[in-house]
Amino acid sequence: MKLITAVIKPFRLDDVRNALSEVGVQGMTVTEVKGFGRQKGHTELYRGAEYVVDFLPKVKVEVALTDDLVDRAVETIIEAAKTGKVGDGKIFVTELGQVHRIRTGETGDEAL
Amino acid sequence: MNALLKRLILPIIFLTWPAIGWSQTIDTGDTAWILTSTALVLFMTLPGLALFYAGLVGSRNVLSVVMQCFSIACLVSVIWVVCGYSLSFGGGNAYVGDFSIAWLSGVEADSVSGTIPESVFVMFQLTFAIITPALFVGAFAERMRFSALLLFTAAWVLVVYFPIVHWVWAEGGWLFEMGFRDFAGGAVVHVTAGVAALIAAIMMGNRKGFPNSGAPHNLPMTVTGACMLWVGWFGFNAGSALGSNGGAGMAMLVTHISAAVASLSWMTCEWVKYGKPSVLGIVTGMVAGLATITPASGFVGPIGGLFIGLSAGVGCFIATQFIKQKLKIDDSLDVFPVHGVGGMIGLLLLAVFSAERFDGLGLDGTILDQLGIQITGLLATIVWTAVASFVLLKVVNAISPLRVSSDEETEGLDLVLHEEKGYNL
Repeated sequence: MKLITAVIKPFRLDDVRNALSEVGVQGMTVTEVKGFGRQKGHTELYRGAEYVVDFLPKVKVEVALTDDLVDRAVETIIEAAKTGKVGDGKIFVTELGQVHRIRTGETGDEAL
Repeated sequence: MNALLKRLILPIIFLTWPAIGWSQTIDTGDTAWILTSTALVLFMTLPGLALFYAGLVGSRNVLSVVMQCFSIACLVSVIWVVCGYSLSFGGGNAYVGDFSIAWLSGVEADSVSGTIPESVFVMFQLTFAIITPALFVGAFAERMRFSALLLFTAAWVLVVYFPIVHWVWAEGGWLFEMGFRDFAGGAVVHVTAGVAALIAAIMMGNRKGFPNSGAPHNLPMTVTGACMLWVGWFGFNAGSALGSNGGAGMAMLVTHISAAVASLSWMTCEWVKYGKPSVLGIVTGMVAGLATITPASGFVGPIGGLFIGLSAGVGCFIATQFIKQKLKIDDSLDVFPVHGVGGMIGLLLLAVFSAERFDGLGLDGTILDQLGIQITGLLATIVWTAVASFVLLKVVNAISPLRVSSDEETEGLDLVLHEEKGYNL
């Protein structure tokens, strides 16, 4: 079992969600986050006064998957979230120790 | 019989003659328009100015500026009744009124002022007394303590606003008698508020992190408030004709023209200098255009409106950049460069555009004569406002510190001073 954590551009979220559904992903957790990478921040100008915005809004998508689905899911996310410009985001894949479904008490792959 | 008639009737005619000759009658049309204008001018402060400012501060200070505008409206109303109206328009000397009509004594339902009921005049003028201190709230937004603000406001209207109203608008006031022209409050409202704002901003110091100390949190709110100001300003300027007539009509027309031209000219300046036209820029230009035409609105024609609007957009834009970027003064919401500088430009240009050759409604002397009077009045207003505001802020600071602590500033005034949050999302 793996956890895919993808930090993407907010306006790509709908495409990523739809594409993941198509490859059989049945659930995800989405959080609005802020951060910076190579894109850095940006500046805003109000009446000529410049404000530097260090952290840009991104969306963090977390998906827990069985091992066999991971490669396809990662490819799907890359395909759907890519604009080719700096700031498209990153994908982290980590091992999952345990998974429990609260309602039934199922564990492991069963719970995914 | 004849003799008796003569004895009885002639004295009656004689006695009543002056009364007939001077009789002041109420004009219902004038009264209706000033009642309407009064509502429009109050609407400029609440909620117009309150929203305009609220959108420009950070989300953790949104309530504090609304609270300041609201409480100033209430506080000044009470002071106006107690002695403000009397100090402004009661006899007195050339510099300040007296207490002869304190507590509005003698203002009855049938008292007349010009062609409108005196009660309407009192109320109309009250709305001006409200918006003036509400304007300078923008200078020290996000850092002033509420109790200090109330103290300063009360002292300021007593020492600065009421006397200057008396100078300019009351019969017997020294600038009034000199022929100083300030139709709807370029000096009385905008220069006083602007200069007080600048002094307060310098004395209280910049916000933490200035110049990167917080972008506007809700520009649509600011635009909403600005649009209310535009509409309300028709009451402010056209209402200052104190009648429902051609003068009021022309004042409304030139007010609108100036606002539109100033919006476009600010937008253009910004577009040229920074590469993008901004929403905040176009609405700030509008406010500058309105403030600038204010003193001139009853004296100039459409051509004057166009030129004054253009000067407002360009002049106030340059002033704003200069105060923030060159002088590094955190007049947080640009009260001085927009209102103060706007009022000054309008007071000077009206001497030119009042002339009949520029489509204006005429001058008593030459343009240069009038310009001399305008400069005198303007300088007197600036000096008195600056000195008095400085002293009052020092005194208030000794009684109740003007500024919140650094930690409180970080936490936000809404929670620290009012124990509330603007948004629970």
